Amino acid sequence: MSTLRLEIVTPERKVYEEDVNMVVVKGVAGELGILPNHIPLVTPLKIAPVKAKKDGKDEYIAVHGGFMEVRKDKVVILAEAAELGQDIDVIRAREAKERAERRLADRASELDIRRAELALQRATSRLTVAGE
Amino acid sequence: MAKGIREIKRSIKSKQSMKQITRAMEMVSAAKLKRAQNAAVASRPYADKLREVVFSIASASGSVKHPMLQSREVKRTAYLVITSDRGLAGGLNTNLLRRLLNEIRARHTSPDQYAVFVIGRKGRDFLNRRNIPIAKEITGMSDSPTFADVKPIAAAAVQGFENGTYDELVLAYNEFRNAITQIPTLQKLLPLDAGDIGGAGQGAKADYEYEPSAEEVLQVLLPKYAETLVYSAMLDNKASEHGARMTAMGNATKNATKMISQLTLTYNRARQAAITQEIAEIVGGANAL
Repeated sequence: MSTLRLEIVTPERKVYEEDVNMVVVKGVAGELGILPNHIPLVTPLKIAPVKAKKDGKDEYIAVHGGFMEVRKDKVVILAEAAELGQDIDVIRAREAKERAERRLADRASELDIRRAELALQRATSRLTVAGE
Repeated sequence: MAKGIREIKRSIKSKQSMKQITRAMEMVSAAKLKRAQNAAVASRPYADKLREVVFSIASASGSVKHPMLQSREVKRTAYLVITSDRGLAGGLNTNLLRRLLNEIRARHTSPDQYAVFVIGRKGRDFLNRRNIPIAKEITGMSDSPTFADVKPIAAAAVQGFENGTYDELVLAYNEFRNAITQIPTLQKLLPLDAGDIGGAGQGAKADYEYEPSAEEVLQVLLPKYAETLVYSAMLDNKASEHGARMTAMGNATKNATKMISQLTLTYNRARQAAITQEIAEIVGGANAL
């Protein structure tokens, strides 16, 4: 089975670098599945888990925004923050989720709602990746 | 005489403890410098990749227009100054801030022609003392700054450019050459140099598809790119800070050693003189009998 190289890079370090069979991401225009030999593509991403299929197993990485560059045999995801399942602080993520939900329920100012929505997306994505 | 000797001795002791401190600081800075350099290296793939993609979009679709690529008449300039929180780093901050001050004085006649964003306590205090208004400040940056630490101020400055508050964004920081040399640098960050971008998009770069469109991708990427440049500058400045402090403390240690050896010499001379005098007194006393 052919593979492509998936790299996830943040400003601080390289979070992930593996040969995988398929990458599934949520782009701003919708969900995308990337197989080897995909045409070159650039798209911004939503805050959502990225799924990497490798030897029949699924791996999830929490990627918070950023964008993806696809080449024939290589996918590079550049994000301001990205975490693997084992690096995620589940308790903190759960607290953040509750906090964000509370803020959304309170209906604060326009800006706060936008912020809370993003925080909620991040927390949910983290929890999904951590397998909660 | 005996008092003089005691004073010298005390002075030697105080210099010795100072030397201990400066030597410790030198070693700490050396370790931190190593870490800061590693961080700068680790951040490079992200910045390089981002540049590559931005350039390939800008060069492939030459018609793409974006406000961040276009220079307009400069009415207001924003300066983003990166300094350290702590001193004891030689002339690091002073040189940079003086350079900035000269630039501001030379280019602007009134305070509403510019705005200053500042990172670091040293810069903030310096500008406050000179009554230069500060648009936004961040202090207490950790020794290994994360992107999230820098993001708020970088985003504020970039946004100010995007919505037309400022027509130009200049970044002021210390470029790291090596532990002895740091160069105070003023770099025009925005508008991004379109010629530079177009020229660098050479090579057989893949022709990308853009989703949803090239313009929209650029819309997302360019602010990110600018923020990344700020982050790199921050890391560079951190490395400079530790390098400068290491050198400064190394010099201080050397000076302390020199002073101690000189004082020890004086001390021994004084001691010898006292002994000689005592003997002379005893001999004189014995002779008198």
